[in-house]
Amino acid sequence: MMEKMIFGRYVPGDSILHRMDPRSKLIIVFLFVIVVFIANNVLTYGVLAAYTLIMVSLSRIPLRFLYGGLKPVFFLVIFTFLLHIFMTKEGDVIFELGWLQIYEEGLRQGIFISLRFLLLILITSLLTLTTTPIEITDGLETLLNPLKKLKFPVHELALMMSISLRFIPTLMQETDKIMKAQTARGVEYNSGPIKDRIKAIVPLLIPLFISSFKRAEELAVAMEARGYKGGEGRTKYRLLTWGMPDTMMILFLAAVTVLLIVLRG
Amino acid sequence: MDISLKNVEYRYQADSPFERLAISDVSIDVPSGTYLAVIGHTGSGKSTVLQHLNALLKPTKGSVLIGSREIKAGRKEKNLKGVREKVGIVFQFPEHQLFEETVEKDIMFGPMNFGVTEKEAKARARSAINLVGLPEEILEKSPFDLSGGQMRRVAIAGVLAMEPEVIVLDEPTAGLDPRGRKEIMDLFYSLHKKRNLSTVLVTHSMEDAARYADDIVVMHQGKVFTKGTPEQIFSDPKALLELGLDVPEVVGLQLKIEEAFNTKFSKISLSEEELAEMVAELMEGGGPK
Repeated sequence: MMEKMIFGRYVPGDSILHRMDPRSKLIIVFLFVIVVFIANNVLTYGVLAAYTLIMVSLSRIPLRFLYGGLKPVFFLVIFTFLLHIFMTKEGDVIFELGWLQIYEEGLRQGIFISLRFLLLILITSLLTLTTTPIEITDGLETLLNPLKKLKFPVHELALMMSISLRFIPTLMQETDKIMKAQTARGVEYNSGPIKDRIKAIVPLLIPLFISSFKRAEELAVAMEARGYKGGEGRTKYRLLTWGMPDTMMILFLAAVTVLLIVLRG
Repeated sequence: MDISLKNVEYRYQADSPFERLAISDVSIDVPSGTYLAVIGHTGSGKSTVLQHLNALLKPTKGSVLIGSREIKAGRKEKNLKGVREKVGIVFQFPEHQLFEETVEKDIMFGPMNFGVTEKEAKARARSAINLVGLPEEILEKSPFDLSGGQMRRVAIAGVLAMEPEVIVLDEPTAGLDPRGRKEIMDLFYSLHKKRNLSTVLVTHSMEDAARYADDIVVMHQGKVFTKGTPEQIFSDPKALLELGLDVPEVVGLQLKIEEAFNTKFSKISLSEEELAEMVAELMEGGGPK
């Protein structure tokens, strides 16, 4: 039932995005989140969308799979769109039906902001789809290393992240399993009145909470039993290598940024 | 209630890079009142087959007939409650599904979902807890204060309280101590006999399959490798060993005796008593030549 979700999931492959250094990918995603806000007219949004589409095609992730996985998010995107369309009251009225009025600015804002949202989701999904959780944390840890001087617990943070990423699929599996067990006991998750469906969450969440706490405790014991002491003096099995494609990709994004600033209205 | 799978195929995560064929061309019949064991290696598709028995999974090809209801590939199925009420499933580690404040409420949860009145559900909880061999005082306790073995029994009671016509068991004794194992298996067997409850047991234990089942289905790599009565299945130990499966200990012992004394018994023994009798007979007849 949950098998279509793609968040935090890695799809093995050999595309250029897969082979890139996680550090460059993280930098690009981070920059993209800022760059997205430069766009403010049709042309600039077009450039952003084109950039995103290029990245998607470079990743060689099947479009059908990406579309299926993003379906749950469409609800949020549509919600954002509607919110803007009804809440913004600027510009000319372009549509009127009884008390309902839609303004030109509202439509513009609605389209732009939901597009922005969608592009952000796509780019961040590409990061997790083409990078293993371990690579992401390794990359993040190296990038944040300078903060260690300020006594910021970089290693611990990276560890926390990799543990939570690692357990997303496990949690999904468990959700699926408990959902099935409760379905067999007469709970309906996919049909029936909304009230009943909300009530049906309790028999799902309580077992999930209990098993998560148990697992956390077992993991802590297992780590201690194997002598885990934190980051100090730890060496790495995987070494990160920065290559030509990484520099190129960052330069590409920089070029796009310059283009956006020029075309900005 | 009869259940029959016809040429069922199931793919996990169809149309994604993770697509995986779990079972294909599986045809199995579970006529009313039979005790069927499904055996096979890990990953042979046993659990996938099991989830088709009450429409938790819908076949990607083929069809499943549950009573008078047909679940066909490629069709949207609505309102499956009727099916689920009649086919109870005890999953692996069923204690993970407990969630209520008290044991009683948890056992009542299933029946009440199927529209049983509170009074009737309470009565069923009482009889179910007796059935699984726990004291009635436990009904007032929180399920999370119980021991692992007790939790397992409470979860099983929760399924039994639905009073299904067919019960499906996925390794119901995994992780229990030997005594608990035997008690639980004997409980299901006596229910099968007393209430004429169709039973489908998915198991790794060749002993259990040999001791309780009327029929055995052997799964291998997502397909039905062979099916038949325990005598038929275990009379060809070589085939099973090639699949990485074992034969029951008693069958293994019989084979060793046959080899050591260069003799052949008239049939395959499925219990220690049977083998002992056959050996005694042989000895009375003057021992092996």
